[in-house]
Amino acid sequence: METPDIEMNLLLQAVYMKYGYDFRNYSKAHLKRRIHQRLQMSGMETISELQNKVLWDKTFFRTFLQDLSINVTEMFRDPEFYLTFRKKVVSDLKTYAHIKVWHAGCSTGEEVYSLAILLKEEGLLGKTRIYATDINKGVLEIARQGIYSKKEMELYARNYSEAGGTGKLSDYYTSKYGSVLFDKSLSKNIVFADHNLVTDSVFAEVNLIFCRNVLIYFDKTLQNKVLHLFNNSLSKRGYLCLGTKESLKFTDLENSFASIDKKLKIYKKLHI
Amino acid sequence: MKAIVVGASYGGMEAIKTLLSALPENFRVPVIVVLHIGNNNVSGFLNYLNKNTPFKVKEAAEKEKIRPKTVYFAPPNYHLQVEADCSLSLSTDAKVNYSRPSIDVLFETAAWTYRNELTGILLTGSNSDGSKGLHTIQKYGGITIVENPETAFAKAMPSSAIELFEPDFVLNVDEIAEKLAGLSGMEASG
Repeated sequence: METPDIEMNLLLQAVYMKYGYDFRNYSKAHLKRRIHQRLQMSGMETISELQNKVLWDKTFFRTFLQDLSINVTEMFRDPEFYLTFRKKVVSDLKTYAHIKVWHAGCSTGEEVYSLAILLKEEGLLGKTRIYATDINKGVLEIARQGIYSKKEMELYARNYSEAGGTGKLSDYYTSKYGSVLFDKSLSKNIVFADHNLVTDSVFAEVNLIFCRNVLIYFDKTLQNKVLHLFNNSLSKRGYLCLGTKESLKFTDLENSFASIDKKLKIYKKLHI
Repeated sequence: MKAIVVGASYGGMEAIKTLLSALPENFRVPVIVVLHIGNNNVSGFLNYLNKNTPFKVKEAAEKEKIRPKTVYFAPPNYHLQVEADCSLSLSTDAKVNYSRPSIDVLFETAAWTYRNELTGILLTGSNSDGSKGLHTIQKYGGITIVENPETAFAKAMPSSAIELFEPDFVLNVDEIAEKLAGLSGMEASG
């Protein structure tokens, strides 16, 4: 084994033992890139040096945690997914008395607000509770505030309309000084909470799980573990929505779900 | 040689077609490609290559094992990475050099895994993605090939690599396949 790889394993072990965040089964290429970026920015030579600072300097660890977490997202990312969700899932959801949604790995919340807008337009938001979770408290705070840069709105408005939006995206926010604030009526039924997919367990029974572009950062072992967690959290005939490049194929849960849309990775838990 | 990574941008489809079509039929080394193509659908192009080259050409699936006689393309809007166990992984991380997929991300992660058993090829393009990654490949002992900027469809990308470091070979696109065959043959005959 090469020395930097030994160092990286030791660093991940150290982070787990000291702070309880378990990155040991994350994609190593992704972690290595982020770690290298941090080394360069801090002018450090080796991962061992970084490990020393991570262990002894809590403020530095918060920055490092930010480095490792996944924080790129956008509103109505993959518009076709939202359009298909409207066509293939919403009518079933309309038959529910109450809907509980778990948005796992919600990052700064852009996709949570996207779902809230969709549900509002379909007349479902009032009877829905959304649990939006992430391991990173920093991004959750941004999500809770619902304030985003106005610069992004042009792309988001285009996504929104391709996603089958029935009004205008600007109906849902107010602009001020280069920022936009999303309407509080959208977040009224959203609970933002800190949850770690790797080390925490089931916290509620839900009818729908959104976890898009999170599993790609995990290795096969961890993917299976998290999918079991989802399976145990979902009610009978509940829905699971993954990122368009993620799949249940070749996982433990392959036969426990029916595919509602193969391309856009919408699954329904089978009642076995 | 265990793998080849290729980066291309503006004018890249034509260059990749030329390169893959000229490789010998029994060429086995896997080829992993990042082609900047915006959010456009590449499936038509991949189908064409599948029919007209001796290789299996496909979009890379996440955690897929890298196999011989196969050409993998990064899916639009995802970075493509090589993992230590020679599988492929995807990421939606921030753009690198204004690009996702970024050539640098593929080249750098491939260099970490394949070290001196990797060949990196940087083709036509009008930005500077890939230079840094190709330099990393050289630092890890891999072979680096840059398309001749004078004959490339767009010269900025190959030029920027040549400005950054001295690549092992600077070749016209129609000479690259022959070089690869030679390099892998040398390897096979020890």
